[in-house]
Amino acid sequence: MQISRSARNDTTFFVPPPSSNLVSGSRLERVLKAGRFAVTAELNPPDSADPQAVYDRALVLATVCDAINATDASGAHCHMSSVSMCALLTRAGYEPIYQISCRDRNRIAIQGDVLGAAAMGVKNVLCLTGDGVQAGDQPEAKPVFDLDSLTLLRTVRIMRDAGQFLSGRKLDVPPRVFVGAAENPFAPPFDFRPLRLQKKWQAGAEFIQTQYCFDIARLREFMQRVVDLGLHEKLYILVGVGPLRSARVAEWMRTNVPGVHIPDTMVERLRGAENQAREGKKLCIELIQQVREIPGVRGVHVMAYRQEELVAEIIDEAGLLPRVTEKDLARR
Amino acid sequence: MYDATHNALAPFQRWLKPRGSVEKTFIVAEEITKGALFNCQMCGQCVLHSTGMTCPMNCPKNLRNGPCGGVRANGHCEIIPEMRCVWVQAWERSRAMPEYGNEILNVLPPVNRRLQNTSAWINEFTGIAQKNPAGWIGVNEILMRDANVISSGARNLAADNADFSLRSK
Ligand code: SF4
Repeated sequence: MQISRSARNDTTFFVPPPSSNLVSGSRLERVLKAGRFAVTAELNPPDSADPQAVYDRALVLATVCDAINATDASGAHCHMSSVSMCALLTRAGYEPIYQISCRDRNRIAIQGDVLGAAAMGVKNVLCLTGDGVQAGDQPEAKPVFDLDSLTLLRTVRIMRDAGQFLSGRKLDVPPRVFVGAAENPFAPPFDFRPLRLQKKWQAGAEFIQTQYCFDIARLREFMQRVVDLGLHEKLYILVGVGPLRSARVAEWMRTNVPGVHIPDTMVERLRGAENQAREGKKLCIELIQQVREIPGVRGVHVMAYRQEELVAEIIDEAGLLPRVTEKDLARR
Repeated sequence: MYDATHNALAPFQRWLKPRGSVEKTFIVAEEITKGALFNCQMCGQCVLHSTGMTCPMNCPKNLRNGPCGGVRANGHCEIIPEMRCVWVQAWERSRAMPEYGNEILNVLPPVNRRLQNTSAWINEFTGIAQKNPAGWIGVNEILMRDANVISSGARNLAADNADFSLRSK
């Protein structure tokens, strides 16, 4: 138990285990630690109690990515829960990234779910603050936000590495999970964002998935600072990308989806196009190619709400296939 | 402010029982002063030093470790569009604080929700405000303690993964 002021102002730095040491053994961890460019994709949960809905979508994504993100009521819209989607996915042999948001559950519920998820074979978790309830279709709900994304990160690391709950009570078997966090380089305060990324590393993050990138200049600036801080060697950074279907959708997204910033030039380019959907896809592929060139970027995270086929096409046309094989990974 | 409060309170330690009448006086005093100055939300664990003297409990998500990803392009809050994001303000103010400005870079532990509506001055003085959850530890310490477990765990995992067959290839 620590009761000094310095304990509260925890500035302890840590050195991540050398890359040859796997902590979870997840495919994502192995791809990244083998120095390969990683691809993850988002699976949007169904409004259904039918597991087939999850399997159908996962089947499309599984061959084109290294891990599948199971979202946790993103945008504060209720769908099948992320932990149960993960259970279905691991059961079918897919590799999920279990997204945990602090909006709906307190620290007791979250720690229990981390154990349960690990027991069901989940090897990656993504610790998020979560969108506010106002963004969803049930804004009357009670927002929880007991932990924040950083205290959640540290909590999962304490469970995994010290083998205990936040209370100090011991775990018989700790959850061996690869721990990730999100960052939004495109939201103010811009000069704080790289330092906030550093805080996430200090809190325990091992990989990062960013919010949608539509502003490559802003991303370059952010990554320059990240490299200056040496964070590109401590964190595996995956940049979020996704296609815009039309100028109208772009306008809607930037006003209604928290944290999405789309520059005017991008909206104009879409509006001027003959076939806006095709232009949006082309834009996304171009973005992936530009993102790959940026020093410090270790992968992309492709998101498109309920358009798994489109995600697969984009990953293919961006030249990211075939994905590294298990044989290749074993050979190193 | 804390040090001054601490010294002023020292002679009265034995009256400072939790939820006692003295505490009530402090609560009122704190609500009036910090409420007016910092829009204090009485979380009972004051971290104004680490947050550019901006009360982070005004953030609708109660974030104590920095801004969420939802901050609007104009620097306003995702949830309350007419309010400036607490953390945009905290960051700006912290840059103007020569002594404590960089405390904004520290990772703060989870807030103790039991201290809501108690006096942070008294909690600081009695030490309860600085008391972290018993299991809360620095990551440095975690890794040192666990270095062996991790490397032997990695060996086991390598065996586990020999037959790892994700459908993705
Ligand atoms: S925008 Fe700022 S004030 Fe609003 S919820 Fe996010 S961090 Fe808190």
